[in-house]
Amino acid sequence: MNIKSQKDFFAGLFYTVTGAAFAYGATSYNVGTGARMGPGYFPLLLGILLAIIGAFVMFKSLTVETQDGDKIGSWAWKPLLFIIAGNVLFGILLGGLPRFGVPAMGLIVAIFGTTLVVSLAGDVFKLKEVLILATILSIGSYGAFVKLLNLQFPVWPTFITG
Amino acid sequence: MELFDNLALGFGVAFTFQNLLYAFIGCLLGTLIGVLPGVGPVATIAMLLPATYALPPIAALIMLAGIYYGAQYGGSTTAILVNLPGEASSVVTMIDGYQMARKGRAGPALAAAGLGSFFAGCVGTLILAAFAAPLTEVAFKFGPAEYFSLMVLGLIGAVVLASGSLIKAVGMIVLGLLMGLIGTDVNSGVARFSFDIPELTDGVGFIVIAMGVFGYGEIISNLSKPEEEREVFTAKVTGLMPTAQDFKNMAPAVLRGTALGSALGILPGGGALLAAFAAYTIEKKTKLAPGEVPFGQGNIRGVAAPESANNAASQTSFIPLLTLGIPPNAVMALMVGAMTIHNIQPGPQVMTSNPELFWGLIASMWIGNAMLIILNLPLIGIWIKLLSVPYRWLFPAIVLFCAIGVYSTNNNTFDIWMVALFGVIGYGFIKLGMEPAPLLLGFILGPMMEENLRRAMLLSRGDWSVFVTRPLSATLLAMAVLMLIIVTLPSIKSKRQEAFVEE
Repeated sequence: MNIKSQKDFFAGLFYTVTGAAFAYGATSYNVGTGARMGPGYFPLLLGILLAIIGAFVMFKSLTVETQDGDKIGSWAWKPLLFIIAGNVLFGILLGGLPRFGVPAMGLIVAIFGTTLVVSLAGDVFKLKEVLILATILSIGSYGAFVKLLNLQFPVWPTFITG
Repeated sequence: MELFDNLALGFGVAFTFQNLLYAFIGCLLGTLIGVLPGVGPVATIAMLLPATYALPPIAALIMLAGIYYGAQYGGSTTAILVNLPGEASSVVTMIDGYQMARKGRAGPALAAAGLGSFFAGCVGTLILAAFAAPLTEVAFKFGPAEYFSLMVLGLIGAVVLASGSLIKAVGMIVLGLLMGLIGTDVNSGVARFSFDIPELTDGVGFIVIAMGVFGYGEIISNLSKPEEEREVFTAKVTGLMPTAQDFKNMAPAVLRGTALGSALGILPGGGALLAAFAAYTIEKKTKLAPGEVPFGQGNIRGVAAPESANNAASQTSFIPLLTLGIPPNAVMALMVGAMTIHNIQPGPQVMTSNPELFWGLIASMWIGNAMLIILNLPLIGIWIKLLSVPYRWLFPAIVLFCAIGVYSTNNNTFDIWMVALFGVIGYGFIKLGMEPAPLLLGFILGPMMEENLRRAMLLSRGDWSVFVTRPLSATLLAMAVLMLIIVTLPSIKSKRQEAFVEE
């Protein structure tokens, strides 16, 4: 048996696994009865439904012909890695990781770090350009979010402001 | 006339200097972000939502409505000038709009889009105002069983009218409903699926999902495509005004588009995307006047009709949200989230308990539309400049604004880790051909659906037949089943696929 639609097969697999996981998780809460539903009732119902839908999608992907096999295609690892890494770095630099003793560096450092890392996701990387971009974004964000909108951010590293 | 009294009240609220200013800022920011290719209205609203946190509720909603219209209109500008859809509903505008731009008629194309949208917006606002009161009356007759059935109908409608695989879209809805249940259960106080993480007991934030799936997922997918030659019309757009002949051609198209858009917008799940596609299909079927440019080669009707339709639909899709509290599409789902942040529970009670807010919002929609015209046509030069900024400078800025926006929602870095997770998941959805819009809709409706199901079943003492023995509820469910049957009929199925494939 071969897979006729790769996209649908893995989508269906994802639904089934996720649905089963939710349904299994729901059984650890009180399910209750129809008239007195416990916290587990609705998620159990939906989890089973999702698992069935997933099975159906998988079944279709194995039986219904598609023109080109509906290939998923290659994953864009580079953009995926750098965009997500840049985002995580923003969180680490902005708020620090108290549990691991990483100090908060504040908004400005976070903007520079994030812009640098995220820019690596593109095809072209020119350090000078990126630094100019980061400077503009820092000034703009400080003006717009901190001064104008009055949102609460740690702006500078904690070891400087104290 | 009660309608005019109400509208007068609304305009009284909206026409303060402060609220006009917020409407203006909203339109400006919305267009600014909406013009960027690959950033649709959902990502735009999610990104700009933090800007409204500090405002009073009325001002915040007025600004959000402005952002929404701005984002819609910005998408059309991108479609006409760059041949890239700024958002899904401007895909059809692109076909003729871009051809017009290539023939040096970018000005009339933009004006047609703008004027058509404005006219449609005016009509949509009137319809909204007229229908709101009677529909609210109906809403008060609804019990939990009716609400549950209505949500089923809404969710089914959303996938039936959307593009792509039906069964996969239903799966996305169920997944969304399940994700909506994460967090503390209001009835028992049990923290569900929270893995003992304190932040998860409040549930997953809707901004986190919207940004991760719609923002990051899209950016990653955009970057993975080879950088195409983007041909931007940076030359000055001259001769903004359409000719008399243009007006003659586009007037009936605008009328048809408006009528179609207004009707489709009210339907659950309809909204802007479907309206634009349907309007374009209809225009293509009508006969060409002698000497008229064929479709696909820069016919002004091909711009005016879908643009009027999508604006009329974005207007009337507020009707189910404001009267019944049920969002008909992903953008409206986001508006529910936004309203909840400002402590407004959307639904029939808003109109009775808070008429200033309700009518003020409706009036501000009209103001928002008017502002778009004032703003966009003269400022078109600025948007063109923005479009010529290389993508490699834009996407780091977009990622940064997403991250800042997510953090400022709760001032908590936990949301940043979550958005990273949903970014990966969102990219996976795109790779596997799973549409994310139904997920967001399900996510917002999840808790509401569970609550109404519980109440209905409690009242019926566990008897499931309550959903089919109550006439209103039975009708709603029958409509949902009918919709499902109709789209699975082989002849309709092939038509449906056709309708969403354009050249």
